[in-house]
Amino acid sequence: MIRRVLPHGLGRGLLTRRPGTRRGGFSLDWDGKVSEIKKKIKSILPGTSCDLLPDTSHLPPEHSDVVIVGGGVLGLSVAYWLKKLESRRGGIRVLVVEQDYTYSQASTGLSVGGICQQFSLPENIQLSLFSASFLRNINEYLAVTSAPPLDLRFNPSGYLLLASEKDAAAMESNVKVQKQEGAKVCLMSPDQLRNKFPWINTEGVALASYGMENEGWFDPWCLLQGLRQKVESMGVFFCQGEVTRFVSSSQRMLTTDDEMVILKRIHEVHVKMDHSLEYQPVECAIVINAAGAWSAQIAALAGIGKGPPGTLQGTKLPVEPRKRYVYVWHCPQGPGLETPLVADTSGAYFRREGLGSNYLGGRSPTEEEEPDPANLEVDHDFFQEKVWPHLALRVPAFETLKVQTAWAGYYDYNTFDQNGVVGPHPLVVNMYFATGFSGHGLQQAPGVGRAVAEMILEGSFQTIDLSPFLFNRFYLGEKTQENNIM
Amino acid sequence: MAAPWLSLRLVAPMWNGTRGIHRLGGAVVPEGNQKKERTILQFLTNHFYDVEALRGYLLQREMSKVHMKNRSFTWLEEQHGPYSAGAFFILKQGGAVKFRDKEWIRPDKYGHFSPEFWNFREVPIEAVDASDCEINYEGLDNLLLLKELQSLSLQRCPHVDDWCLSRLYPLADSLQELSLAGCPHVSERGLACLHHLQNLRRLDISDLPAVSNPGLTQILVEEMLPNCKVVGVDWAEGLKLGPEEQPQDTASPVLA
Repeated sequence: MIRRVLPHGLGRGLLTRRPGTRRGGFSLDWDGKVSEIKKKIKSILPGTSCDLLPDTSHLPPEHSDVVIVGGGVLGLSVAYWLKKLESRRGGIRVLVVEQDYTYSQASTGLSVGGICQQFSLPENIQLSLFSASFLRNINEYLAVTSAPPLDLRFNPSGYLLLASEKDAAAMESNVKVQKQEGAKVCLMSPDQLRNKFPWINTEGVALASYGMENEGWFDPWCLLQGLRQKVESMGVFFCQGEVTRFVSSSQRMLTTDDEMVILKRIHEVHVKMDHSLEYQPVECAIVINAAGAWSAQIAALAGIGKGPPGTLQGTKLPVEPRKRYVYVWHCPQGPGLETPLVADTSGAYFRREGLGSNYLGGRSPTEEEEPDPANLEVDHDFFQEKVWPHLALRVPAFETLKVQTAWAGYYDYNTFDQNGVVGPHPLVVNMYFATGFSGHGLQQAPGVGRAVAEMILEGSFQTIDLSPFLFNRFYLGEKTQENNIM
Repeated sequence: MAAPWLSLRLVAPMWNGTRGIHRLGGAVVPEGNQKKERTILQFLTNHFYDVEALRGYLLQREMSKVHMKNRSFTWLEEQHGPYSAGAFFILKQGGAVKFRDKEWIRPDKYGHFSPEFWNFREVPIEAVDASDCEINYEGLDNLLLLKELQSLSLQRCPHVDDWCLSRLYPLADSLQELSLAGCPHVSERGLACLHHLQNLRRLDISDLPAVSNPGLTQILVEEMLPNCKVVGVDWAEGLKLGPEEQPQDTASPVLA
């Protein structure tokens, strides 16, 4: 029976030309016959259907030159600069692994979005200056054909830092360094402050520094979306998943002083998919740790810090998540349109939000008051007791205000010296860090991304020298302290 | 950025006509309205690398043209002084310049202007009319050389945005009249940094499409600059706006 049917069907199918079957009205239903035969075979044979190549489209690629752990603004910035500075188009395959595509806990989206050049370290000032020019020309850097230009909603209103008697000398020397690096900052006395901003109460203020240009605040979501769009158009792979394991190999080597040192090289990154046990081992050459508040876990997976304390093997990455609150309130008689982001002597800060007399601000808690970073719940009593009194003292109009909403976010806080960690690890030779910026990661992301990309592609920092931010300083004990942290 | 997109739309259909093989198999493109052209261009960009690369190249070329127009004339400044260099920059862009006690100097329709201003080394510039010029952030380097500028008009400049407005504070001592009417990228966030210009007596903020709430913005700007007359938006938006006169050909008005 089959022998008679098949040659009959085959004869019709092969000897007559294909367009013939397409013309329709042909009585032999060849496609129907194939599916029937398949079903018959499936019912006879046990086990799964005959799928020779299982569907892996939801998994990341098996090989990637660079794996970036963390898809926030720093991770995307590194991906962008790697693709921009590569010498041959399509030369580097980059994979960005992000554990949460909704970015619900990522520091970037929850950030206040400020950018300022008023730091004490020249490197920080240069990073901020470059970031300001990046944001200003964002439509040239992140232009994607047939996508509308980005609107960062940048408010160029500047930062106003207030200093009491004891901090005045430090502020003066900081402003001198800032002016040397090219930031447009000016010093103001209490009288000038009262003249310019009549709503300030200058009690306890000895000196103030005011940024005139390239300072203000913007929308971090827009930057993130713009980077994401551009980076996807440049051919970077994205994957939502969690990094669970690094497979690495070790090598014993002798230093020039004949000391034994064990160098590790990561060969594979195991990326576990969401809500499943499935994981993909991604073979890679370089891993970049841009995981923000979770960087310490990623570093521990790579074996950083596993060793006797006090040695280089035993030096952990000192970055931990710290919870910070941001409160939004409404005050109809508050400061006007010209209000900069004001940072008080007590550490409380606030800025305007929109046209409707809304303000947002907060304050960094002291070491004893640090809230538990296990979740992102907001503590409203913190505002009542620790933030409002200082705000009301500094701006008398804030005595009558009404809190509308509040949220909390993580700082990837560097407990050693509150400055970022950038560059390779001395022992795990192919892990690069771009994390630990303790609250100013967003404003330094473009500069840091470029620096890490230069380190990977050229072998050293080319434009801005970030050697004070290398990992070695944790072992050597040399702090690059930043004094102006909010 | 109206100019680059416009030119792309003009160039692409011509290109499509000559390289017909790249169009999908024989699909006929009717004379079509703007929307259809845009979606066909979109489709081609998404499906063909060379279309995307060409569009990217044209965009880069437009941007570099604007950059060339806004380069800093530092050599001219050293040779002829800041006022002549600034005047040359404005006249080259297509704007008009008025030196103190002299008449307005404007380029004619071919872009030529009289070279008499090269002799005015010590004469400061009082008023600049840079309407419809392609000045951007870098180009303001040349404008900020004019320390005694009293009246500045940046009407309908396509590249003037909030960042540019934050750069105007060095002119605070002399600037008395500023017009930003019709600039597509100026929003209320840029207007907030005009508070440095305490000597401003007349500010025109009419027809700013990027400002979200013109009436409220007008009130806030008036509060911010108490000595300045802010024109352009009537806070009671339902009322009809009167015709706005911009006296550019007379001497700059100084309003008490």
